[in-house]
This record gives sequence, structure tokens and C-alpha cells, in this order.
Amino acid sequence: MSFIDRTARSFLLAELVSGMALTLKYMFKPKVTLNYPYEKGPLSPRFRGEHALRRYPNGEERCIACKLCEAICPAQAITIEVEPRDDGSRRTTRYDIDMTKCIYCGFCEEACPVDAIVEGPNFEFATENREELLYDKDKLLANGERWEAELAARLEADAPYR
Amino acid sequence: MELLWDGYIEPLVWIVAKILAIVVPLLVAVAYLTYAERKVIGAIQLRKGPNVVGPFGLLQPLADGLKLFLKETIIPTSANKGVFVIAPMLTFILAIIAWAVIPFDEGMVLADLNVGILYLFAISSLGVYGIVMAGWASNSKYAFLGALRSGAQMVSYEISIGLIIISVLLTTGSLNLSDIVRGQIGGVWEWNFIYHFPMFIVFIVSILAETNRAPFDLPEAEAELVSGYNVDYSAMTFALFFLGEYANMILMSGLAAVLFLGGWSAPLPFLDFIPGAIWFILKICFVLFIFLWVRATFPRYRYDQLMRLGWKIFLPLSFAWVMLVATFLVVFDKVPA
Repeated sequence: MSFIDRTARSFLLAELVSGMALTLKYMFKPKVTLNYPYEKGPLSPRFRGEHALRRYPNGEERCIACKLCEAICPAQAITIEVEPRDDGSRRTTRYDIDMTKCIYCGFCEEACPVDAIVEGPNFEFATENREELLYDKDKLLANGERWEAELAARLEADAPYR
Repeated sequence: MELLWDGYIEPLVWIVAKILAIVVPLLVAVAYLTYAERKVIGAIQLRKGPNVVGPFGLLQPLADGLKLFLKETIIPTSANKGVFVIAPMLTFILAIIAWAVIPFDEGMVLADLNVGILYLFAISSLGVYGIVMAGWASNSKYAFLGALRSGAQMVSYEISIGLIIISVLLTTGSLNLSDIVRGQIGGVWEWNFIYHFPMFIVFIVSILAETNRAPFDLPEAEAELVSGYNVDYSAMTFALFFLGEYANMILMSGLAAVLFLGGWSAPLPFLDFIPGAIWFILKICFVLFIFLWVRATFPRYRYDQLMRLGWKIFLPLSFAWVMLVATFLVVFDKVPA
């Protein structure tokens, strides 16, 4: 019996027809395409995108040049140089991130005791040449200013889990 | 002078106009077939397909065509230049000239040959030359393997297509494509696909193989042969292969429509007021949709499976069907005059 059953199925192309019925059904389902530059998918508050250096609300840099981020960076993408400022506080004179080396692991953000270096929601920072991806302190601080509202919101949203 | 005009120039102008009236819409159809393919396969895969260039992406084929026009044609140094350049032209020309005998409506046919089906069969058999020449002239192992596969595949499936055509001819009693359609006029129950249903399925599968379409696209199996016989082609030479392949798809769909789906005849007698050409085009679109649908559904066949299917299943099946039809016609004395 099973032989007849199997033969009949193969001669009636049962599997081919059921496969084609399935694809035809899928043809009329709603599409999942995101029209990317115009529509964007949701991002988690933990998304690790472009870096930024934050400031306190009074305008003072958060970074205290502890170099924990430099130490933990597995790709050794961060370079920091330090000098005491005139008022005696530790500040960086140089804070470079080589974005071509960075692997976006987020360890710098984890290591930072003052939430100074963070990875923001921005992932659209492609450049036309390599040099533009060697970020210096000015660029990182500018990023911090540009994204501060979102960065603060993200840190707050993620705070209960830290 | 009058003789020159009436005897030579006027017929020439007429025939050129008729040819253009077929070829230009055909090329537009080819362009939009690529668009339809991307849309249909996209929809089946839950994507949207091209939708950026123009409204609904309708200008996408023009953009693609323009790109192919403007690119540089690269001829590999080790290639046999003459054959390399002729091969895509041959493929394209063969895909176009076969349309001469396809009847679009009662009397709307460029050449109403009495052996139209043989002509069509001969031209589609020649199609393999373009591909074999391309594979050989490219002087590259991938192209050569692709061409070999393509040659073997097209030859194998042509045999079963030939036998299927014979069984249709037995019931129609004519090699003229218009007569084959006339034999099916009167509604969907007169169409050949009802009487030859198993052969209709075999024919559809065989034309997939004959036009090197998925799931039988072994000649261009990108997984193992990069792109098969057309790896070394670029720009216009590639575009000609592409146009030829898609024009062949439309041609084979047209042949399926003529042989099995009643050509220009309306599916129900009271729908006669709609011009036959529109029915014919709708039927071609239906078969083309099957092409795309199948491509989006099935994975590629392995080469030995393809050959087994062609020689061990389709050939005996179509041969048995010819015998059956012939016996039936003789026993019940229904042989068409």
C-alpha cells in the first residue's frame, strides 16, 4: 500500500504542488522590507554605535583621564595623554579613538567610572577616506554635544540593569 | 519606377514595419520581465523588490539597460575574439527571429508558415550554438563547463519537447501554428492542455530546462560555476545574452500558449469581444508567472538528476503519450483530416 501511495504522490507531484502553494501564499503576505534611509528599525538602549565624550551639565568634561578605557580596549584603539590642568584636576590633553581599529565591544563604556566615554545610537558615520575615521578629542566632544539628549536617555533607560 | 516601388520598396517597408512592431514590444517586454521577476520573487520572499527608481520602481529596467549600455565591453586576451563577439549576437538573433511564426491573433502573424512548428523547433535547437560558442570562445574553465552542461541539457530536453509537440500535432493535424490555435477555439474546454494534461506539465518543466531557467539553471549555477557560459561577458555582450535568455522565455511561453492554452482564443465564448492578442498576451504572462514562481520555489537540480529526469522519465513518458494518442485516434477513427 505504501508503495502505491508513494508512487501516486510522486506522479501527482504532490510535494511540488504543496511547495508552490506555500510560496503563492507567501506572495500575498505583508512585506517585511524596511525602506532603509526613510524607515529605520528600532535600536536597543544598549546599541553600541559611534563613540562620544560627554560633559557635565555645567560644561565640565566628565573624563578624568583614568585610562581605564585605554587599558581595557581589546583592539588598542584608544590613545590617551594626560597633564594636570592649571586648577590641579586631571584632564586629558589627547583622547584619540581609531574607529578603524575599534570593534565596538563597548568595554570602554563599561570601564568608565564617570560615564564619560559612551557609545551612542549613531551608526551612520561612514566617511570618504580613512583619515576621517581617526577621531580626536574635539570630534568626540562634538559628538557628545550633538547626541547628549539621546545619550542621557539611553543611560537612564539602561540604568536599572547595571 | 512604379515597378520598383510596388514590387520591392513598398513590401520591404511593410515587412520592416511589421518586424519592428514585433521586436520593439518584445524588447520592452523583456525589460519588464526582469522587473516582474524581481517583484514576484521579492514578494514571495516577503521583500518589496525594486521600488526606488521611478514610481513602484518602474524605471528600474531602463536604469539597468542604461548601465549595461554605458559599461565597457571587455574581451579577454585569451578569448577567440571573433567567436566571442558573435556568440551573444547569435543567441539574441535566434531568440528574436523565432517570433516570425507566432500568431498573435487571427491573421496577425509575420510569416504564416505551414511548417511553423518545425521552424520554431529548429530555431530553438540552434539556440544551443550561441551558448556553446560563448563557452568555448571565452577560453575559461567555468564558461566551458557551463556551455557543456547547457548543450547537454538543451539537447536532452528538446527530444521530449519534440515528442510532446508530436502528440499535439496528432490531435490537430497541422504544423501551422495558426491552425493549431484554430483547432482550440471555442472555450477553455477545447484547449489542448485538458486533453494532454500530463504532457502540459512535462512541457512546462521541459521549457524550464530548455531556457536554462531555475530549477534547471545548471549552466549558470553561480554556486559552482560562478556564472557559467557568460562569466567573461560584460556590458553589451552580456546584455545580449540576457535579452536572448529572457526573449527565449517569452517565446517558450508563447509556444506553450499556442500549443496548450488555445493561443488567441478566449477562454469562454462570450468573452470573444476582447481582442485575441490580449488573450494571447495574458496567457504568455500566465506561463511566465509560472517560470518566476517555480524559480522562487525550488532549489536547483543536481546535474545527474537533471539528466535522469530528462532521459529516464520525460522521454519514456512523452513517448508513451504519443503512442497512446496515436492509438486512441486510430482506434476511435478520429484522425484529423
